[in-house]
Amino acid sequence: MSLATTQSIAEIKARNKELIAEVLKVYPDKTAKRRAKHLNVHEAGKSDCGVKSNIKSIPGVMTIRGCAYAGSKGVVWGPIKDMIHISHGPVGCGQYSWGSRRNYYVGTTGVDSFVTFQFTSDFQEKDIVFGGDKKLVKLLDEVQELFPLNNGISIQSECPIGLIGDDIEAVSRAKSKEYGGKTIVPVRCEGFRGVSQSLGHHIANDAIRDWVFDKITPEREPKFEPTPYDVAIIGDYNIGGDAWSSRILLEEMGLRVIAQWSGDGSLAELEATPKAKLNVLHCYRSMNYISRHMEEKFGIPWCEYNFFGPSKIVESLRKIASYFDDKIKEGAERVIEKYQPLVDEVTAKYRPRLEGKTVMLFVGGLRPRHVIGAYEDLGMEVVGTGYEFAHNDDYQRTAQHYVKDGTLIYDDVTGYEFERFVEKMQPDLVGSGIKEKYVFQKMGVPFRQMHSWDYSGPYHGYDGFAIFARDMDMAINSPIWKKTKAPWKDVAKPRLLAAE
Amino acid sequence: MVQNAEHVLDHFELFRGPEYQQMLANKKKMFENPRETAEVERVREWTKTPEYREKNFAREALTINPAKACQPLGAVFASVGFEGTLPFVHGSQGCVAYYRSHLSRHFKEPTSCVSSSMTEDAAVFGGLNNMIDGLANSYNMYKPKMIAVSTTCMAEVIGDDLNAFIKTSKEKGSVPAEFDVPFAHTPAFVGSHITGYDNTLRGVLEYFWDGKAGATPKLERKPNEKINFIGGFDGYTVGNIREIKRIFDLIGIGYTILADNSDVFDTPTDGEFRMYDGGTTLEDAANAVHAKATISMQQWCTEKTLSFIEGHGHEVVAFNHPVGVSATDEVLMTLLRITGKEIPEELSRERGRLVDAMADSSAHIHGKKFAIYGDPDLCYGLAAFLLELGAEPTHVLSTNGNKAWGEKVEALLASSPFGKSCHVYPGRDLWHMRSLLFTEPVDFLIGNTYGKYLERDTGTPLIRIGFPVFDRHHHHRYPVWGYQGGMNVLVKILDKIFDEMDKRTNVVGKTDYSFDIIR
Repeated sequence: MSLATTQSIAEIKARNKELIAEVLKVYPDKTAKRRAKHLNVHEAGKSDCGVKSNIKSIPGVMTIRGCAYAGSKGVVWGPIKDMIHISHGPVGCGQYSWGSRRNYYVGTTGVDSFVTFQFTSDFQEKDIVFGGDKKLVKLLDEVQELFPLNNGISIQSECPIGLIGDDIEAVSRAKSKEYGGKTIVPVRCEGFRGVSQSLGHHIANDAIRDWVFDKITPEREPKFEPTPYDVAIIGDYNIGGDAWSSRILLEEMGLRVIAQWSGDGSLAELEATPKAKLNVLHCYRSMNYISRHMEEKFGIPWCEYNFFGPSKIVESLRKIASYFDDKIKEGAERVIEKYQPLVDEVTAKYRPRLEGKTVMLFVGGLRPRHVIGAYEDLGMEVVGTGYEFAHNDDYQRTAQHYVKDGTLIYDDVTGYEFERFVEKMQPDLVGSGIKEKYVFQKMGVPFRQMHSWDYSGPYHGYDGFAIFARDMDMAINSPIWKKTKAPWKDVAKPRLLAAE
Repeated sequence: MVQNAEHVLDHFELFRGPEYQQMLANKKKMFENPRETAEVERVREWTKTPEYREKNFAREALTINPAKACQPLGAVFASVGFEGTLPFVHGSQGCVAYYRSHLSRHFKEPTSCVSSSMTEDAAVFGGLNNMIDGLANSYNMYKPKMIAVSTTCMAEVIGDDLNAFIKTSKEKGSVPAEFDVPFAHTPAFVGSHITGYDNTLRGVLEYFWDGKAGATPKLERKPNEKINFIGGFDGYTVGNIREIKRIFDLIGIGYTILADNSDVFDTPTDGEFRMYDGGTTLEDAANAVHAKATISMQQWCTEKTLSFIEGHGHEVVAFNHPVGVSATDEVLMTLLRITGKEIPEELSRERGRLVDAMADSSAHIHGKKFAIYGDPDLCYGLAAFLLELGAEPTHVLSTNGNKAWGEKVEALLASSPFGKSCHVYPGRDLWHMRSLLFTEPVDFLIGNTYGKYLERDTGTPLIRIGFPVFDRHHHHRYPVWGYQGGMNVLVKILDKIFDEMDKRTNVVGKTDYSFDIIR
């Protein structure tokens, strides 16, 4: 049993505050002062979590964060399946992000779909010295010749591009004209920009605004007849098929999904989105920018939703339905009713095995709050959570709708802090990323990767909830966690008895 | 609805049901503006043709699915091989997240490494302050015995000077003056991860041997009888280095393994996270200058390191990822020559067992055609082993292999009758390999995990040997060097050959013949 369940809230708060004070001791003074602002114990009723966020990481502390390129190529653009995404610069960035994010899609890979490819300009020293624009021009020609069915190209800038003064915008404009108005999108997502993946999301959103929306011509208008029930799924990257197990629910309630951003997405879907009647937004952090833009420019309202766990699904289905007429509202109720038996069965099977178990999370910009309800549906409790790259509005949402009184909050946690926190709080499960997985498993703590779903999924929607429950049970109740101590290490030393 | 609590369906089965299939078909038809099926088919077929291959090989600017990574990955890999050493990569922080993920996905182990987290202001003013703060934080938080500094391309483009920055940081008190901070510039736009390994190892040795960046007198070499051993960038480092230690111990050779990361990439799950484990002690790294000779298992991973070591007066010998009988013989004969020791009977018996195994199975491998890709030394070592087995390494491709490597492999192929119709492809990528597999098909493909896309496209069965291997577990724990390592490689190849035989003969009522119970 973990510590948290045996203590009162006041004790937990005191313990967590002590923990924070303790980890800060390891830092040089200047660093301790800066890190102190990112750690807090949540007080119920406060409008945010009381931590600073979206601030530069401190050198040398082992931040878990990535970069703007990861936010643009890895998150927003990479899943658009019928476009070719060039990792422009040296070979590494594209190599490390090649195929590892599990944005599922269906297509003829290599002919009309290209998600699991690594296209790169593989910069050499001469490209740094003389600039890479000429190489880019030639590269685009080669893409066109070898992959004639690609529907567009994006140029994802790596660090050197912005430092050597290349003009990828000019190249993109010229080549687009040459290819008869082809969509070519230069993205200024150099890794040194901003403080995390987050600015990369914003830059990528802006690139869609400037280089896709602003270039839509009459011949590019969507080919389908609009209906009053057209919606677009925004901010679902289809990890393990998440967007599909969400889409099916929206369609069952009577809506028509005209676009997916960007998991299993296509350029045609991006271009059709301004025709939507409502944008439904899952990952607020990475795609609120384009949602706000569409609201301002095209008058499309947007609605945040959460498809993790039945409580939040029910709430979200009703919220989405509230934007439409009775037909859709009834549809939402029908969907809720249809899946209730599944929810009951899943809960009956797994809740007894998971009741009272505690969880600590550290993920990107959405899941540290979004999955809390799913754990609670299974009787589990999230005792600590934090984000790699959230902003203050994320911490507001977290405080107002998700975390409990006394929860430990850690923004941009360092490797050292996270280990100490877990060591002292002894949660039954840690949910974070690949870099953290083996650290905690070595410590004997069950772990699930909460970026990639640990190669499982989907976790969204009702179908996903069953998988989520199964996976959490499988992690926590695996027999292996009883074997981490060698039996001879537990044995009390034999006492020497005096001879009778 | 197909989902149920009794038998939970995940992505493997869930989406194959009619509800999802219908949904996806509608999505495509209505909203994706898809290409005509016939057109997709036409282009797909066209990409398999000699005509396409010609265009593909004419590429000058575009690289598609390369089999190489960038320098700092090799720097991190080498750095963690020293006792208590924290790799510190100076530049953008996202890179470090990538190296850590990449190595952890292969080894299924933690990878500890820090960044100086340079951002836009550092791009303008330089990263000195990031270095000063970063070293102080790392030193206090993670209590390393040494911090090994390398660079991302950002720091290289703006021209940060590591030597000067580290000196200044020490003056400012980030770390004690006597604390060891070796460094290497590792620009991502030069070479690949194997270059980064080389630069880092050279940097560490230069630091210890040549007076700790001016802080102490250079070491004076007092020759002893020890042998230094360097594995190079190696996905099998855990199994290989342990096997090498066993062989050296059997022969009775005193040795120093340089950059020994075999323990840190294989720590136990026993309740304790070991950020550092094992590794070459700093004392041994310094004393390695006195060794009689240095042996590198991978020439192309250690060119600069070996030339630096040779400059310090001892013999250096480089192999090319030796796999199999002759290649291992050569390593042992070299050890015998250098040390004057005798090879113990046990190793003679191990050799005999490998020859025995190859004789038993040779009929199944003889004359089979293979395509190989990977790091240059690995390709060479595997090609040599295949020739020894009477197989044909038809296509040998290395994205980070240079012209000199190509010539060396050509000479190897020319030395065997089985190499007659084989070709070498330096500097090419896996999209080139795809054209080769379509236009000049082979029986098997040897490569890393990314080869599974080629296997799917071309139907060529993939034997996973290389780095990274993300989608099979624990192979890195088994050696591929030494006679026992050769045995592991042999079995891996044979298993795939037999699996394929069975797969091709298992249709009841059609191929009942050839589906033999004894092979």
